[in-house]
Amino acid sequence: MTTDTIAESTATPRRRMSRSKLTLRRFLRNKMAVVGACGIVALILIAIITPHMLPWTYDQIDSGHFLKAPDGRHWLGTTQAGRDVLAMTVHGMSRSLIIGFTVAVLQTTISCTLGATAAYFGRWSEKSIMWVIDLFQIIPSFLVIAVIMKGHSTPKNSWLLLALLLAAWGWMMTARVVRSLTLSLKHREYVLAAKYMGLPAYKIIARHILPNISSLLIVDLTLGVGYAILAETGLSFFGFGVMAPDTSLGTLISEGARLATTYPWIFSAPAIVLVILVMCVNAVGDGLRDALDPNSSSGGRA
Amino acid sequence: MARYIAKRLANYVVLLFLAVSAVYFLAASTLNARAVYAVRNPPVDPGVLDAMLYRWNLNDKTPILERYLVWLKGVFTHWDWGFTATGAWVNDDVSIKMWVSLRLMLIGTLAGIIVGILVGAWTATRQYKPSDRAFTGFALLIVCTPSFVIGIASQILAINVNRWTGVTIFEFVGEAGRHGSYFGAVFFDRLQHLLLPTLALLLIQAAFLSRIQRNLMLDSLGEDYVRTARAKGLPKSKAVMKHALRTALIPTGTYVAFSLATMFTGAFYTEKVFSFPGLGAYFVDSLMNPNPHGVVAVTAFSGVCVVCGAILSDIAVAILDPRVRLG
Repeated sequence: MTTDTIAESTATPRRRMSRSKLTLRRFLRNKMAVVGACGIVALILIAIITPHMLPWTYDQIDSGHFLKAPDGRHWLGTTQAGRDVLAMTVHGMSRSLIIGFTVAVLQTTISCTLGATAAYFGRWSEKSIMWVIDLFQIIPSFLVIAVIMKGHSTPKNSWLLLALLLAAWGWMMTARVVRSLTLSLKHREYVLAAKYMGLPAYKIIARHILPNISSLLIVDLTLGVGYAILAETGLSFFGFGVMAPDTSLGTLISEGARLATTYPWIFSAPAIVLVILVMCVNAVGDGLRDALDPNSSSGGRA
Repeated sequence: MARYIAKRLANYVVLLFLAVSAVYFLAASTLNARAVYAVRNPPVDPGVLDAMLYRWNLNDKTPILERYLVWLKGVFTHWDWGFTATGAWVNDDVSIKMWVSLRLMLIGTLAGIIVGILVGAWTATRQYKPSDRAFTGFALLIVCTPSFVIGIASQILAINVNRWTGVTIFEFVGEAGRHGSYFGAVFFDRLQHLLLPTLALLLIQAAFLSRIQRNLMLDSLGEDYVRTARAKGLPKSKAVMKHALRTALIPTGTYVAFSLATMFTGAFYTEKVFSFPGLGAYFVDSLMNPNPHGVVAVTAFSGVCVVCGAILSDIAVAILDPRVRLG
């Protein structure tokens, strides 16, 4: 910065901009991210409002109308069992949304707690946490979750168990990143000052360390929703996830997959909704990353 | 370096042993091999069934710890990974299916890696131009679509192409099918069955990798040494290829090493959608028709692949990164 521009900026006093305002402005400038955010809000509203307004519920069977193509009676057709595809898609979407957000919140909580603990305390706690991370990462999570889900095939609340398992096997990567970031923060002056003032360790982590890596955590949380939804549909596709009569997008896609070449509507409706949902989540995640990144290439503009 | 790798390897062996043992207990306690015979008509005599299950070390009346010890002894003394409920040897199954998975994955993965790196690097040099927007948008769409949806959508497309052209260009059920008797018919038939799944795999792999490579390339294009290279008179293509791309390839190298090692475990969804009887499909079937030994064997195999991948990516960094290689 030259002296000229300093003089200029002091000459015309500008209002100081808070960090959150700055982030919001950067975020709003990104069209993809705004579209994604609107999309997510719209989908959540649809998931909450429409089930009561539709002519059919997701578990209702319209006997005599099996595998019917979309028409006035069933706007998106029916399944082999005579269930309304539109109602099932909306219900499946709300299931997938709930699972996605539950998993993301849980796994980000686990990873920032364990990652920060490992780095802050060091020694045996770091060694043991890193060892647990290695242990969890050595086998593809799909295999373990599938075996456990297969063993507990209770249709009721199967989504909750699935969400817990996905979170239990989804935190390791972020925990590693949190650990390395915490390592670089823990010898900063303000952390040491807080320490010598006698603040307990958990307060130091919560007040001084985690807020400084919050941008990573926010982005991770958002992208985690997308990963969780994809993982959920993947497991449900094989029948190791949400189980009938409950429906998620994955269960519905797997039901449609067998008949996809002859009765494409059962497959295409949930598949399109799923892709839109995950794309929206990812667009928001990417937008947040750019908006929160202090080195972002927004060219000096706020 | 050798000592470091040996130490890590020892740690991995311990981790692998614990993880596989845990999966054994999980699988043996939840998957009851007796269920395979429950649907037999006429029913199998209970005494005979018990004796048979006992012989395969699958009897749920034997305490699980005892079964585990018998299985462990078999693995360590005879490299015997156990039997299925119908008496097939898991070692045979895995050793056949592993190559099916590899045949399915090999071309798609390799081509996907190359295409992904090239597209990623190329779009980075054209940031925000229409071609960049088109490619990155398409890559985002593919990344956000689960692989089974891509597989099924490609099948629907293929059927329409077949119908439209009147020739069966795409075959998508299984690894081989009916074929003529001309020279090379068997080979051609296999290639034809491989075409669609390979395209699907290529698309998935390339989309994923191109996103990573584009970001890395954008970072390295902005570095001072690229500007220096241009400033001292190097043509743009040379500055991009020699100075920017080379450094941007280092992190990709670790990923590539990893995905090469895990290629053997196959792609669960692609195998299932295209009916390739590979390891992934074997694992899913082993859960459906209770076959705990098969589940454990596939898990252990995947674990070994993951370990190999981790070590390979360490080596890849050592080879690619001059700071590690020369330091």
